[in-house]
Amino acid sequence: MDARALLRNGLIDRNPGFVQLLGLCPLLAMSNSVANALGLGLATLAVLVASNAVASLAGPHLPREVRLAVFVLVIAAAVTAVELSMAAWWPGLHASLGIFLPLIVTNCLVLARAESFAAREPLPRALLDGLAMGLGFLLALLALGASRELLGRGSLGADLHLLLGAQFDGRGWQAFPESRGLLIALLPPGAFVLLGLMLALGNAWAAARRRAPAAPEAERAAVPGSPT
Amino acid sequence: MDTRSAGPAARRALHAAAVLAAAAIAAFVLVSVVHDRAEPRIEASRRAQQLAQLTAVLGDLAYDNDPLADTLLLRDPELLGTDQPLVAHRVRRAGTTVAVLLNAVAPDGYAGPIRLLVAVDGAGRVLGVRVLEHRETPGLGDVIEERRSDWIHGFDGRSLGDPPPDRWAVRRDGGDFDQFTGATVTPRAVVGAVRKALVYVERHRDELFEAAMPPAP
Repeated sequence: MDARALLRNGLIDRNPGFVQLLGLCPLLAMSNSVANALGLGLATLAVLVASNAVASLAGPHLPREVRLAVFVLVIAAAVTAVELSMAAWWPGLHASLGIFLPLIVTNCLVLARAESFAAREPLPRALLDGLAMGLGFLLALLALGASRELLGRGSLGADLHLLLGAQFDGRGWQAFPESRGLLIALLPPGAFVLLGLMLALGNAWAAARRRAPAAPEAERAAVPGSPT
Repeated sequence: MDTRSAGPAARRALHAAAVLAAAAIAAFVLVSVVHDRAEPRIEASRRAQQLAQLTAVLGDLAYDNDPLADTLLLRDPELLGTDQPLVAHRVRRAGTTVAVLLNAVAPDGYAGPIRLLVAVDGAGRVLGVRVLEHRETPGLGDVIEERRSDWIHGFDGRSLGDPPPDRWAVRRDGGDFDQFTGATVTPRAVVGAVRKALVYVERHRDELFEAAMPPAP
């Protein structure tokens, strides 16, 4: 599997959010705005790359009995480091993400990539896989976050100044007045409904591709080394 | 234990334990280093945020002390809304207390307690109110946030006599304060908490405003 396949795997074919449905809790809870989605996605991405790197370097040398325990320790340390850094340098975003930042430690995506992929792969491929899977998760968060924020508040990128600095005015782009927004899109049921719609669209697209003779089956070949 | 005399299984277990311990130490060191770097900045930004909140709630009131350092602890489950002691800040000009900042809790929010910061001057007038923390429904109850609407400014300049006591309520309850479409519980809770905070200030005016001078520098 070359680099392109790894990237495609993480971003599309085995997208953690939309295909593997891993990390649904943070995906649904923190996708109520682009700013939150971007913040949590980037934090998860950083943790994934770091834990994949350590798993790839240390994995082969770890006794089988404690391998999982060591990975959990590594992930917990990485998450704590990311959380502390965020509290120090992006306090607004840290407050906005709240409990879901430390809860990255329980995101099964991170442990799954470390245990089932990175531990038996060389460092560059483990790094690339962490990057691809992290970007895939970020993409899923952003897709949900953008559609929920647009439907619910009529805006895109409000509060982005928490992440990017004060030169952004924190309003983002306003498509229509907030008062005309569809409130349910911001609430948990809206997250479930929109995720369901996106999954249905994705499935329909995949089915159409399978039926179309122009798309050779090899392009969607089964990917070795993937969990579940 | 002498590992040379132990069986291979025991050696294996010891090796695994040693690896796990090494990993734990490495993780501890990493987190400590990051914590050391981050802690001063976290403290500074927390302080800056508190100061910004205090300044915002005081409006253009002039003062010359550091309210963050001039604190007292108040506890009144009935009027301040929680069993916990709450920090209050004195705001002084030339040694005289010109306002107090009360932390108060509206225990009866729609989705749990709402934490408020209420600034009251010596005449018992509200200088400003801000919501510090809440879990009200986004789009409905969060109109109490200053960045969402200016509803919270409806308290500015009010006191226990203005409006009269029986009109310190939302309109639906026959009072003077607006509720929001689809959300009455949230503004009702906030109005009640602000009124109770004012009652608290009235009852404890002497100790809040006539207290001893701050310790000499």
